[in-house]
Formats: sequence, structure tokens, C-alpha cells
Amino acid sequence: MLDHLYINAAYIVAAAFFIFGLKLLGKPATARKGNLFSAVGMLIAIIATLLSNQILDWNWILLGVAIGIVIGVAASRLIAMTAMPEMVAVFNGLGGGASLLVGWVALFGTVNLFVAITVVLSILIGGMTFSGSAIAWGKLSETITSRALVFSGQRFVNSAILIALITCAVMFVLEPAHNSPYLYAVIGLACLLGIMAVIPIGGADMPVVISLLNSYSGLAACAAGFAINNVILIVAGSLVGAAGFILTNVMCKAMNRSLPNVLFSGFGAAKAATEVDGEVHPISAEDATLILEAASSVAFVPGYGMAVAQAQHVLCELGELLESNGTEVSYAIHPVAGRMPGHMNVLLAEANVSYDQLIEMDDINPRLDSIDVAVVIGANDVVNPASRTDENSPIYGMPIINVDQAKTVFVLKRTMASGFAGIDNPLFFGSNTRMLFGDAKTSISSMISEFKT
Amino acid sequence: MEAIFLGLILLLSIFLGFELISKVPATIHTPLMSGANAISGITLVGALLAAGAGAASPRLAILLGVIAVAFATINVVGGYLVTDRMLGMFKKRGDKG
Repeated sequence: MLDHLYINAAYIVAAAFFIFGLKLLGKPATARKGNLFSAVGMLIAIIATLLSNQILDWNWILLGVAIGIVIGVAASRLIAMTAMPEMVAVFNGLGGGASLLVGWVALFGTVNLFVAITVVLSILIGGMTFSGSAIAWGKLSETITSRALVFSGQRFVNSAILIALITCAVMFVLEPAHNSPYLYAVIGLACLLGIMAVIPIGGADMPVVISLLNSYSGLAACAAGFAINNVILIVAGSLVGAAGFILTNVMCKAMNRSLPNVLFSGFGAAKAATEVDGEVHPISAEDATLILEAASSVAFVPGYGMAVAQAQHVLCELGELLESNGTEVSYAIHPVAGRMPGHMNVLLAEANVSYDQLIEMDDINPRLDSIDVAVVIGANDVVNPASRTDENSPIYGMPIINVDQAKTVFVLKRTMASGFAGIDNPLFFGSNTRMLFGDAKTSISSMISEFKT
Repeated sequence: MEAIFLGLILLLSIFLGFELISKVPATIHTPLMSGANAISGITLVGALLAAGAGAASPRLAILLGVIAVAFATINVVGGYLVTDRMLGMFKKRGDKG
């Protein structure tokens, strides 16, 4: 009894650290301290658990922890910042997988109806998170195609899986056992459902999926907490679940789409946008540099193409050169630019751009008409004015960064190919738009050398 | 009664989570997500209890527990370190160099 009391007391302290940690994590200036706070909370929870008299054998724990530490440390040190989205997906998936296993092991103890139901939930959510994250990892690392995979009868297949899953779950709950065939069926079907849920989602919708999977990994831990009657799992898990849900919502709003719409419809399939005809005005790096030199304010608008071209470092260098030339430089970031929430911010931070120069969409839009040059680097759909004007466009209604209102727009782009949504972008044909064709990194590098001469 | 009590804790934690995270600036979205993800590795606590249950526990349960410990440890250790690494890069003008 005393054992139980001290552990739960320690869990309260740990929960307080998690809550403070998350609070501090919400502000750029205190975020690092917040992360440290939350890590201390985790350490307290782990040590309290290890000292419990429920732990009888240390050997297996040491084995598991040793494997985990080696892989975890290596992964976090070696990973390139551009590969961060898939790294987050992997961590998400492993958390979900662990919750699935914790729920499963709970079946080896005494099982009543409540335990059986919560075990099914932890296996269901954990399994979906595990396999869904695996697919997300594959798509983000381009191991499998990042395009939306849609086939006819997809909804029918998914409904069939869901019905089978619910049936097996009910059968299991009626007669729970750790070796029930229905248990294995639930595990298999949950993993299958996770795969089916993520394959129809294309690369540009990945920020929504990543934050949703993040939410699920928390909920899985929460369900496992119910199954093993552990308070800290419930508290920490539901905090993460709620946080992930909010982030998911922010991402959906930034695309003007509902969550079901993102999850259940392949993008761009439904409507045919009005085609755009017109003349493109190409520009050379030399001329672009001359215009930038004369500009008094420049806004850079990065997109996923910047990440692909690894152009963040040269971009920052160009930005610093312009600033030393007396130009006001800002970086306008669309909430869903890139493949995960805040993707561009991390890359620019890596390149040493000060975070007070990173301007959010709602703050930059009102003053874009006073900006001399807006430079679009590898972004397309998030700057497509068709979302304001063309009701037939699949992205109609999506809030964009209104670069077309700037006095001059440079678009750095490899070819005239359309963006992820596969729709034409009237911006490229605008009278104030100049296209700088070529790899973004090469283009910016040549602007830098032009600037220096 | 226990279930009701746990349910209440769940409810309050979810509301608290909503309150804590709403109005977070977009700049910090990625570290916030990966930091939150590290917290979801709390399932490690459950995994430790499963893997350390001792000889009375069936082989399969121990094996599943060890895998769970390894998975959750990667999540926790990797998650916190990678978040710290990212946040270390976020600098304001003036902190530079």
C-alpha cells in the first residue's frame, strides 16, 4: 500500500512537470526549457516506476532500455534536419506500437470487462498509429510514392475492414483471453486500417496526418493507462492527444478543409479547375539580383521545394546580404508549407534565420502590397491566387499568402510543372511575376555571386 | 468507482491540453509536436512494469514487454533529444554567434 502511495505521489510531480513543460514549450523563447522540464517529468515517472516492488526482474528491462537508448540517441544525433518529418513519424509509430504491446500484456493478468474494453482500444489506436506512421514514414522519405493512392472501391474495402474490426473487437470483449483468435484478428485489422487510412493521403496533406498520428499516439498511451490502471499514462497521454488534436485542427483550417475531407478524399480528383492561358516572363539571375538590390523590402516565401533543393542555407546568406544592403528582409511562412507543421521554420532556424523574421501568413498578408519583391522558393499551391478567384479550383477558399499583391514577384521553380494539387497557378502568368527557372539552390547561389560582384 | 475517477482525470487532462496548446505560434509547431510526441512515450512506464514482472509472468508477456520497452525508450530518448536539438537552433537576433 505504501508502495502504491509513493508511486502515485511521484506521478503527480511528474504530471506537474509535463504540464509546465508543455506550457513553456508553447513560446519560442522558453521552449527549450519547457522540453527539459517535460524530460525531467519523464525521468521522475520512470524512476518511481523502477523503484516499485512490482518490478521483480531487471534483466529484461535493461536489455530493452539499452536497445532503445542506443537507437534513440543515434537517430536523434545523426538525422538531417530535412529528414525531420519522417523521424517524427517513426517516433510516433514506435510510441503507438509500445502502447499496443502494453495493452496486450495487460491481458495476462486478471481481466474484467473494463480491462478488456480498454485493451481493445489501446490495441486499436496503437496498431493504427504504428502502421499508419510506417506508411507516413515511407511517403515522407519517398520510399513509397508520396502521391495519393486511390483505387475504385476503396471506401467499400475500408468499410468492410472497419466492420470486421468492430465484430472481432466485440467477440473478443465477450470472451477476453491473451491468446484469443479474435485478439490476433483485432491486431491485424487495426494495422491494416492504419495502412488503408494513410495511403490515400498525398504529400501536401501530410502536415494534417502527422499531427493526427501524434494525437493518436497520445490517445493510445491513454487507453493503455486505463488498461493497466495507471494514472500518469492517462494524464500524459490525454495531454498529448489534446495537443495533437489542436494542431490537426490548425492545419485543416490552414487548408480550409474539414478533417474528414482530408482523410477520406483524394485531393484534386473532383473538380477540374479553369485552365490558365497567358505569357510567362522569365528572368535571369543577373536581372533578378539588380531588382533585389534596388528593393527596400523583400519577403521570401518558402515551400516544400526549398526543402527538396536544400536551399535554406543559401537563402539565409542571400537574406543577410540584402540586409547589409539596407533592405528589409522577412520570411513569410504558410502554416501548411512543407510536410509537417512548422517544417519551414525548422529549416530556416537551422540556417540561422532569426525567428522574429519568420512572419505568419495572417501577419504578412495585410502588408504585402507595400513589399517591393516577394520571392517564392519552391512553393506553389500556398501562393495560388486561384484559391481566391476561381470557384472551380480544388483549392478554392484555402487561405494563401497573397504574393501576387506585392509590387514584383519572383518565382524560383525548376519547370512549369504544376504543384502538388495538379492545378495551374495564375500567379505564374501575372504581369508583375518573373519566373527564375532552375534549381532553387543554384539560382540563389548565382544571385549571391552576382550580388558580391 | 475507480473507472469514474480515472474518467474524471481523463476529462480534466484533455481540457488542460486544449488550454495549454491553443494559440501556440506557428514558428514552434514542429518542436511542439515532437516534444509532445516524446511525452506520449510515457507508455514506457507501462512497458517497464510488463518487462519487469519476473519469472511468474509467462514468457510471451515478458517478450512483448521487452519489445515495448525498446520501442518506448526510442520514442522517449530520441524524441526529447531531437526536440532539444531543434530548439537549440531557434535563435532570435542578438543571441546569434
